[in-house]
Amino acid sequence: MTALIEALFLQAGYNAALVAVGAALLGFAAGAAGTFLFLRKRALVSDAVAHATLPGVGLAFIAMVWLGGDGRNLLGLLAGSAVTAGIGLLAVEWVTRRTRLSEDAAIGAVLSVFFGLGIVVLTVIQTMSSGRQAGLESFLLGSTAGMLFQDAIVIAVGGSLAVLATWVMRRPMTLVAFDAEYAAANGVNVPGIDRLMMALVMAVTVIGLKIVGLILIVAMLIIPPVTARFWTERSQSLIWYAGGIGGVSGYLGAALSASAPDLPTGPIIVLVAAVLFLLSLFLAPARGVAAAVFRHRRFQRKVHRRQGLLALARQEPIHDELTLRVLRSEGLIRADGVATETGRAQAAKIARDERRWDVAREIHQDTGLTGRYDGLTPIEEIFAPDEIAEFDRRIGGPRAIGEGL
Amino acid sequence: MGSEFVMFSLTPMLIGVLASVACALPGNFLILRRQALIGDAISHVVLPGIVVAFLLTGVVAAIPMLLGAAGAAVVAVVLIEAIKRLGRIEPGAAMGVTFTTLFAGGVLLLEQSDTSSVHLDVEHALMGNLESLVWLRATDWSSLLDPWALAGVPEELPRIAVVCVGVILLTLVFWRWLKISTFDEGFAQALGLPVGVIGMGLVITAAVAAVAAFDAVGSIIVIAMFICPPAAARLMTNGLERQVWWSVLFAVLSAVLGYVLAGYGPLWLGGDNAVSAAGMIATVSGIILALACAFGPHRSRVGARAEA
Repeated sequence: MTALIEALFLQAGYNAALVAVGAALLGFAAGAAGTFLFLRKRALVSDAVAHATLPGVGLAFIAMVWLGGDGRNLLGLLAGSAVTAGIGLLAVEWVTRRTRLSEDAAIGAVLSVFFGLGIVVLTVIQTMSSGRQAGLESFLLGSTAGMLFQDAIVIAVGGSLAVLATWVMRRPMTLVAFDAEYAAANGVNVPGIDRLMMALVMAVTVIGLKIVGLILIVAMLIIPPVTARFWTERSQSLIWYAGGIGGVSGYLGAALSASAPDLPTGPIIVLVAAVLFLLSLFLAPARGVAAAVFRHRRFQRKVHRRQGLLALARQEPIHDELTLRVLRSEGLIRADGVATETGRAQAAKIARDERRWDVAREIHQDTGLTGRYDGLTPIEEIFAPDEIAEFDRRIGGPRAIGEGL
Repeated sequence: MGSEFVMFSLTPMLIGVLASVACALPGNFLILRRQALIGDAISHVVLPGIVVAFLLTGVVAAIPMLLGAAGAAVVAVVLIEAIKRLGRIEPGAAMGVTFTTLFAGGVLLLEQSDTSSVHLDVEHALMGNLESLVWLRATDWSSLLDPWALAGVPEELPRIAVVCVGVILLTLVFWRWLKISTFDEGFAQALGLPVGVIGMGLVITAAVAAVAAFDAVGSIIVIAMFICPPAAARLMTNGLERQVWWSVLFAVLSAVLGYVLAGYGPLWLGGDNAVSAAGMIATVSGIILALACAFGPHRSRVGARAEA
């Protein structure tokens, strides 16, 4: 526990602190950039992009060794991965546009083929004399052990640029995400914006290779926006919520993984994000499952209360257990099922409102007003007091319960 | 040539071919149902399934691993449905959330448990070890008739063969059901076909094929074979029967060509080490798909205007 607290306050050593800050920045950038991908309903394109980075990493390594370098320069590797990721992205677009294959088939084809090619390149590297200790496999699942200060700088600068670009482009991207045709009619360059969005996704993917790895970086792009969506209905705040959730996941995950052995950073970050997602799925105020269950219960109670009172007014026996329970708990009937004073009063009111509705339907032939009858909305909310007075005049004086409806 | 080929290349090549066909067959229907990425999701969640099966039983054996992986696939499909409905989230995002989370859980379990003594790690799961499945007891072609030599074939071969035959039989037996429910679900429902069961059965069959193939050749081939051969076949013809035949042909072609290129390609280019066969098979299937995209006779959408 103390190890976790130390890690949370960046006291667990230089490398751990570096990783935590880097992961938080990456999480923020990924959440923000992923928001538009999610709104545009193209979340899984990022999976193709992520897998397509692998051959680039390998080829960049080979190229750098050929040029006489060390081959492990992070910037060079990331640049290489960006190139093949871009090619993969173009391939997805080309297949979707030029052939009758759907986008998901194109995504699956690109991700598996590029990944396979990447594995081929990796095995080539293993046979090179300088390739044995290249450690390029660490890009699959990320590896934060021995992260250098300059790596953290690359992640920090890249992440900040991605967030900045997201913020600058938020308006056209929102427009395209919500209504691409309307945006096109307004003169927005929709394919251009789409490509820009993908470039952002690509940038985040490439930056995240070092920490989360190419298999799980997709999670950083998808889970935070999906989670944030439970908490807000506004696209402007969605970016910041998603960024915040991504940042928290990155930071917490990195701290957790630094606090004990055998806790790989990338998977832990993803699992922290998944826990946040699950909490939101169940507990979010408006869109959460708990809220929906609560709303349903309240509605059910209202319906049963009304049906029970109508039965009281008509002096019919009530058999439904739930109805009896609702009426009892509100003190409308006694334990033996006989209506109390308040129960009779409420029943009389409901019966009167039913009669008012009957009159209202005779007077107003159009369904614009009477069509709003659902049994639960009080009549006072639909008709003005003078109209209701007119209904009452037509009904006549008050009648006691049981005199007919 | 003969004896060396039988000893070192025959069994891996056969396993590659059988695995490719077993994955390509259900892939045809997944593509047409626009569920192509289910294959991707399955091959990710296979990992936690296998790890959990290993932790429960303590052995790396075929049956528990198959059960674990199939169970994980079912759990994943149910989770995707649940997240889609409970959270009102679009299918792609729900799928992304589910399979990355399960995969992350699998990696974590693997790191936490002591699996160093057994052959179970993430890289192996991704890349497979097709090259190592050699038939050491074989001397030459006559070994095919020698019971002692036959008893020494790598155990992955009979396993994948059984699964492949099973997938073929299932496809044949349920052909009409699959065809009708894939093309017109409403019509299938009206006929009284159990549409939900067919869909679930297809996913489970795909999962079993994925697991059996995964054990031998790694998950890359699995995803590639679910998608690339059927997708390429889709661009060659309009008939489902012919599409399935094309997909089988492409799958076999990818496996054989990929294996040969991986084993002998570097030698031709002057290198002296083979490259990953699994990766090469996936690459070849991608090249076939690219060619089909460029030249396939039925590549464009019906009614689409001709591209300049």
